[in-house]
Parts: sequence; C-alpha cells; structure tokens
Amino acid sequence: MRGLKRNWQFHLMILPSLLFLIVFAYLPMAGIVMAFQDFKPWDGVFGSEWIGLENFRTMFERDDSIQVIWNTFIIAALKIIFNLVAPFTFAILLNEIRKAFISRTIQTLVYLPHFLSWVILGGILLNILSTDGGLVNRMLTSWFGIEPIFFLGDGNWFRFTVIASEVWKEFGYGTIVFLAALANINPSLYEAAEVDGATRWKQTLHITIPSLIPMAIVVGTLSLGNILNAGFDQIFNLYNPLVYEKGDILDTFVYRTAIEDGKFGFATAVGLFKSIVSMALIVISYRIAYKVANYRVF
Amino acid sequence: MYHKTTSYRVFNVFNTVFLLVLGLICVLPLVHVLAVSFSAKSAADANLVNLWPVEFTTVAYEKTINNPVFLSSVWVAVKRTLIGTVLTLVLACLAAYPMSKESSTFKARNIYAWVFVFTMIFQGGLVPFYVVIQNLNLINNFWVLVLPGAVNVWLTILLLNFFRGVPKELEEAALIDGAGHFRTLISIYLPVSLPALATLGLFSMVFHWNSWFDGLLYLQNKSDYPLATFLQTVIVQRDMSSMTFNPKEMELLSQKTVNAAQIFLGALPVLVVYPFLQKFFVKGLVLGSVKE
Repeated sequence: MRGLKRNWQFHLMILPSLLFLIVFAYLPMAGIVMAFQDFKPWDGVFGSEWIGLENFRTMFERDDSIQVIWNTFIIAALKIIFNLVAPFTFAILLNEIRKAFISRTIQTLVYLPHFLSWVILGGILLNILSTDGGLVNRMLTSWFGIEPIFFLGDGNWFRFTVIASEVWKEFGYGTIVFLAALANINPSLYEAAEVDGATRWKQTLHITIPSLIPMAIVVGTLSLGNILNAGFDQIFNLYNPLVYEKGDILDTFVYRTAIEDGKFGFATAVGLFKSIVSMALIVISYRIAYKVANYRVF
Repeated sequence: MYHKTTSYRVFNVFNTVFLLVLGLICVLPLVHVLAVSFSAKSAADANLVNLWPVEFTTVAYEKTINNPVFLSSVWVAVKRTLIGTVLTLVLACLAAYPMSKESSTFKARNIYAWVFVFTMIFQGGLVPFYVVIQNLNLINNFWVLVLPGAVNVWLTILLLNFFRGVPKELEEAALIDGAGHFRTLISIYLPVSLPALATLGLFSMVFHWNSWFDGLLYLQNKSDYPLATFLQTVIVQRDMSSMTFNPKEMELLSQKTVNAAQIFLGALPVLVVYPFLQKFFVKGLVLGSVKE
C-alpha cells in the first residue's frame, strides 16, 4: 500500500493504456469461450449451447481444415527460411560494396517495398502477373518463349508467387539487423587475416559468416512464433477460389467460415488452435534466444 | 591486399551489377504501374506500356480525384492517421515512462510489463474481437479505426528502452527541484526523445495509412471507408460501382489506367515520407531489437 501511495503517479500514467488493453485485448480473450459453444449471434455468449470440444473435433475431422493447417505450415515455414537466408546473403554481398553512394542507393531501393501495404502490392501483382498481357508474362514470352504462366490461378504457382513476393517485399528490410551486426565486427580480425595472406573468400568464410551466425540464430528463433502465420494480408489480397486447395491458410479460412458461412463457434475454435500453437512457440523461442544469445525484449 | 587482385575486381563488378539489378526489381513494378496510369486507354488495354507512359494523358487521375467516394476515403484516412498516431504516441509516452523505471523503485512494473506483453503473444481471435466491437457499438463508427489499436505494445517497448538510456542525473535533478513525475516526463524526457518519437510517429502513420482490414470488417458504407479499404474493394474485389462512366469517358478511360492511378495515389504518401523514414528507421529498429 505504501508503494501505491508513493508511486500513484506511475499507476495513473499506465491506467489509460491499461484500460484500452482490458477492453480491446483481454475482453476478446474472454470471448474464446465461444470456441466451446455452438455460438448463435442472437443467443449471445450466455445463451448459446455448450458443446465441449465438438468444434475442435470437427476441425481435425474435416478434410478442408486439415488441408488449411498443412498449407499454412508449408507457406509459413518456407517464408521463415527464405526470409532468413535472403537477407543474410544480401547483407554479406552488400558489405563488399565500398562505394558508400552505391551502397546507399541499393539500400534505398530494397527497403521500399516493406512500407507499402499488401493492398497496393496486391494490386500491382495482379496487374503485372496477369496472363492477359501482364508485364511478367510478356517478358517471359518475348525473352524466353515461355507460355504465359497462371501465377495466381494455379495452386503450385500460387504458393511460389506468395513466397517469392513475400521475400521480394521483406528481404531488404531484413538486411538491416545483419548490416548492424557486420558493422560491429572488429576490423583487426580482417587485418590479421590479411597479414596471414587470406583471400577475401577465406575471410568471408572464417570471419564474416561466423560473426553473423549469432544474429541469424536470434532472427531465426524469434520467427518460429510465426510458424502458423502465413500472412493474412498478402493471401487475402492475392487468392481466389481456384487456389483454395493449395493457398488457403488458417486466417483466411477463419475469416470465410465466420463472415461468409456464419459458423462462429467453429471459426473461433480454429483461431484458438492457431493462437495456442503460436503462443507456445513464441514462449519456447524467446527462451532459446535468451539462453543462446542473451536476447531480451526489455 | 585482396582489393587489388583481379579475381576480386571481377567479383566486385558482377556483385555491384547484381545488387543494383535486385534493387531495381524492388521498384520497377511500381514504375510500371505509374507508367500505365499516365497512358492512354488504347495503349494500356493492348499491353503496350512497359516503364514509360504511352500517349501521355492525365485523364485517369482527373477521373479519380473527381470521384466523391475516393475523396471521402482520403479524408477518412487522413483523419484516422493523424488522430490514431497522436493517441498512440500519447499513450505510449505515458506508459513507457513508469515502465522504464527499475523494479526496485516501481515494484508493480514487472506485472504491468507482462500484462502488456501478453497481449502480443496471445489474442482472442477474429470472432471474439468482432463480438466485443459489436457490443461497444463501434460497428459503422469512425472510432473503430482508431480506438482498438490505440495501444501499440511494440512501440511502447521501443520507447521504454529508449527512456532507459536517458541519464538518471537529469531526472534526479528535476525531482529534487520539486517536479512531479508528469512534469519530469514532459520537460525532461520528451525533449531528449524527440528523434525517437519522430521515428515511432512515422511508423505509426504508415501503419495507419496502410490499414485496410478493420475498415472492411467493421464499416458497411463505402463513404465511411478509409482509402486503403476503398482501394482494396476497387483493386482486389474489382468493385467499380462508385464510378460511373459517360460514353465519352469510356473512350478515354479503362479500368486498367484508373486502377493504376488509384494504386499510385494510395502509395504516394508513403513514398513522400519514405526518405524521412529511412533516415530514422535504421536507428529505430536497432534501438529496439539489437541489444548487447
């Protein structure tokens, strides 16, 4: 109580944010009881029928929801891998460019797509990937004689497009942490290697790459929490019924079952499944990152 | 010296060219859309436009900015961006200051920190969230675009970490002079944190400008949509009902050029703040995510 008296100003400062979090974060958490109900909007949370784990059983029995979990996992896992490998490689290559002007120009260009929304980028991709004379298919045809590809209409090509465009959007931005790590490498290491007559390739192999590994471990571990986050904004703005089989993910599935089919309890259960798996992975991965690299959020 | 060997020089040339090409690939799609937006209907529909406008014209832009639904969506987007950013920054400053104290001076700090962070790692999900919004009577209400996201935990943590770097002596001097914590926050912490606040403010602005899903989910009238949501319905769902074309315009305008113009106008504010953003964000990102 003495603490409250002395620190009342502190509590007062946090109070507004706390109220917002209670209303817009913790109240919805209480709403997950709907996952155990046959929720009907007109009956509300208190009037709907309780059905135990029925919604979860449906989820693991329906072919489409199993497929959706699988799609989500594949797309998210590939995104995690390429979003680690591409910035890692790019940072090392960029580090070799000594002319500051060129290096800065390249950075300005590659960071840009990160700041544009998937609505804008989705609009651009729908335009340039169109089979009806889109820029990319026109180039493929006139340069390589390839028949137009259904990038957004064929399931396998859709997955490829989703992962490639994600990497295209994010690899530049992901480079930043690696560039920061590269700037922290002690120059005397390179000088010593130089004296020993090591080539640049040898220096990269034995100094640069090992120095970046801890950062790569942190980035990679922390992204594990995204293993069921395949990117709602991106998929929602690019997909269509033709590619549901290979491209539908948990978040879009939840949206359609809730908004279009009105199966609210079932949609909540699928969402809850995703939230719990993600939470478990986030907790584990932060523990690993803390143990291995002494990483802390605050 | 490796810099002088022939093989390294050859590598360097290829490397520079390769990275420049990658850099261009990141912006060329946008350049293409810009070129289409300034091209004539015939050229755009026949797919003759590459990276430069064919038969330059600005009719697509004239049509777009004369569309009342487009204009009202821009206004909604500007409103939500400004109000949302100010609210987020005020809340973040207020919450970050006490949480930046050591737990020895502010015991409840760790509890609060966990209450905040837990909302990042676990969410109720789409349906429960919708039910809450509905019960608060926020459906079809402008404030649904601002209030639910008002507390940005990530931004609060970034600011908290920044506040920790403020020299303790400054604060102690103020407290000894009899200033309360509110006064200390406003007259000591905020002035030295202006660069950090500018960074976070820009991030929040871009986030608000780009947000489209909340508008789609909670608003039913097109005239209430923010720009990003309006663009989503026009470009992705191909809903052209807000525009009527008279026969004369049909000769000049195609859906392609109008869409391209709208995409570009939607991206324009982000492109305008991008140079400022770039100046700051490298620092901002490193500030929060890389620590010894």
